[in-house]
Amino acid sequence: MIQEDSVSKVGSVIQEDAWTSLKDFTKARIALGNVGGSLPLREVLAFKLAHAEAKDAIYSDLNITEIQQNLKGLDVPVYVLNSNVEDRMQYLKRPDLGRRLNQQSVSLLKEIGKSFDVVFILADGLSADAINLHAFEVLKLIIPVLSLKYKIAVALVNQGRVAIGDEIGKLLNARFTAIMIGERPGLSSHESMGIYTTYAPEVGLTDERRNCISNIHPDGLNYWDATRILSYLIEQSFLRKISGVEIKLELGQLSSE
Amino acid sequence: MGYKCSIQGRNYVFDDLKTLMAKATPFRSGDALAGVAAESNAERVAAQMALSEVPLISFLNEAIIPYEQDEITRLIIDSHNSQAFETVAHLTVGEFRDWLLTEAASTEILTKLASGLTPEMVAATSKLMRNQDLIVVAQKCTVISKFRTTVGLPGRLSVRLQPNSPVDDSRAIAASTIDGLMYGCGDAVIGINPATDSPEIVCELLKMLDHIRLKFDIPTQSCVLCHVTTALKIINKAPVDLVFQSIGGTEKTNASFGVNLSILQEAWEAASALKRGTIGNQVMYFETGQGSALSANANFGVDQQTCEARAYAVARKFNPFLVNTVVGFIGPEYLYDGKQIIRAALEDHFCAKLLGLPMGEDVCYTNHTEADQDDMDNLLTLLGVAGVNFIMGVPGADDIMLNYQSTSFHDAMYIRKVLKKKPAPEFERWLLLSGITDDRGNRLQINKSHKLLKT
Repeated sequence: MIQEDSVSKVGSVIQEDAWTSLKDFTKARIALGNVGGSLPLREVLAFKLAHAEAKDAIYSDLNITEIQQNLKGLDVPVYVLNSNVEDRMQYLKRPDLGRRLNQQSVSLLKEIGKSFDVVFILADGLSADAINLHAFEVLKLIIPVLSLKYKIAVALVNQGRVAIGDEIGKLLNARFTAIMIGERPGLSSHESMGIYTTYAPEVGLTDERRNCISNIHPDGLNYWDATRILSYLIEQSFLRKISGVEIKLELGQLSSE
Repeated sequence: MGYKCSIQGRNYVFDDLKTLMAKATPFRSGDALAGVAAESNAERVAAQMALSEVPLISFLNEAIIPYEQDEITRLIIDSHNSQAFETVAHLTVGEFRDWLLTEAASTEILTKLASGLTPEMVAATSKLMRNQDLIVVAQKCTVISKFRTTVGLPGRLSVRLQPNSPVDDSRAIAASTIDGLMYGCGDAVIGINPATDSPEIVCELLKMLDHIRLKFDIPTQSCVLCHVTTALKIINKAPVDLVFQSIGGTEKTNASFGVNLSILQEAWEAASALKRGTIGNQVMYFETGQGSALSANANFGVDQQTCEARAYAVARKFNPFLVNTVVGFIGPEYLYDGKQIIRAALEDHFCAKLLGLPMGEDVCYTNHTEADQDDMDNLLTLLGVAGVNFIMGVPGADDIMLNYQSTSFHDAMYIRKVLKKKPAPEFERWLLLSGITDDRGNRLQINKSHKLLKT
């Protein structure tokens, strides 16, 4: 009997915390309970799953075919490019290689010999999943409107970092670039997209010349708001012929309106 | 002046001290990225052999970054205590490593020696040491600091409670703070990384933390880790206990952080003048991390671990309450995996302690680094054995604002349990009086009527 009792109580060894109601205030992992001071297994496994999803996102690939297929309806030229990086391990170790196009891509863009007003660049960054899911959703809202006024192109880049947009923009004689890139996955959001905009791109620019819209994903900034901010940045950049910190200040006005 | 080593008829030549130091460094991705790492495993050992024969005194004569160019070099040279250095002045780097491991290098002797050592001397020595050497020597160094708690006493291990919120929401931060306190964390500091560096938000958060501290009479200190210039702006409007700043080991790195020695001096003077500490008045909290110099393109061909050790000279000038290296935060291009993070963490802890700093560590990694919780368990245990002053306490180890993984409140309980370490004595007493732990430090079952839950 005693043995049966102890067996039937195995499920109750978790010491729950008396303040689980505080969970309503935050997404932080609080009031997890404990077993002998350590984490209950349910929490260990929940954490492991979140970490596993984040790792998988880092090793995800751009779904080039599907993105190309989607873009057909928008009637803009699409170029597929590669950085100097050969694989993910190298991408992680050599940020410098991910900032420049490989020779083949450089030649491809040089042969085009056209000029564009706005070039959208879609790069995998640290989460290709983010681009696969969100990039087209923003492009289909903004491109139809912009096409009335501007000449537009889209470039898809494998193994790219933010600054690769500068080289692509320069080679396509772009007046303005917006690079959509997968952000570093967190445990709670592994498919978050960021957009960096640059007016008059050229190789060697640094971050203070860019504006950034980050955290675009279902639980973060939605597509409509992201598009609204992006439109504002494009408008301001063409109006004032700049991008970067000086525009940032006025973004505050936009959000307070 | 060149350095040479001959192994089985093959001659290895190293042009100068910084090249020799870089090539003698255990392999890590950041040095490879910087192009300063050894080109082969054999060359690395050759460099270590050559480095072992360099007299310690050479580091006073050959600056790895020129004196005229860099205010950190000037600080290191001008503040060197040659009298304290006397004890080991005749030794080479290799002989110094051997001596450190002997009984002769006692806690008392090492404490007196600290101001006679330069960052380059301790960095060079660490490069010749195995992980166990780094642990056993660091364990002999006792560095105690005081504000409202005493941190760094033997047999104690403190925790920075890190209740960050992605939108600086006061209630979210308060909820995480209560959670941490209930698990015995927060004796090093309750420290928030603000999502935005705005003076208004920093003031609001500081007032909220001070309110919690006073309401429950918690012997601890708070900090909102804003930029030092923001802290200076609000220092007379909000309850500022500790002033925070990220620092690096070259003048140019610090410039990229928007600071220099005179700004730090100004902040230190302003915070000291508030005299808010009760049992001590060490007011500075610094964070560092290998790779920051290269990331700011400010490493001047110096390896990332030596740059890191030079940051400790900056910290030392301002007699800090807390220093910690956020070792795995910077990413895989500097420290690729768990092995490199663990090695770097032990080096940083050893170097800082030998230089006399109250060193803690953010045992952490990002999702794009090849590391996981098992690596953090290993590192936490190693640092606990090495006698680290404090670690971070983040709810569930998952920082939802900075998007990286650190150590949790549960991890803190684990390390205190297996190594029989206690919190800072003042805080330990508070935990007992508050019914959070019993008189042997065991955690009690807490019910809904507990005072911390009645808010």
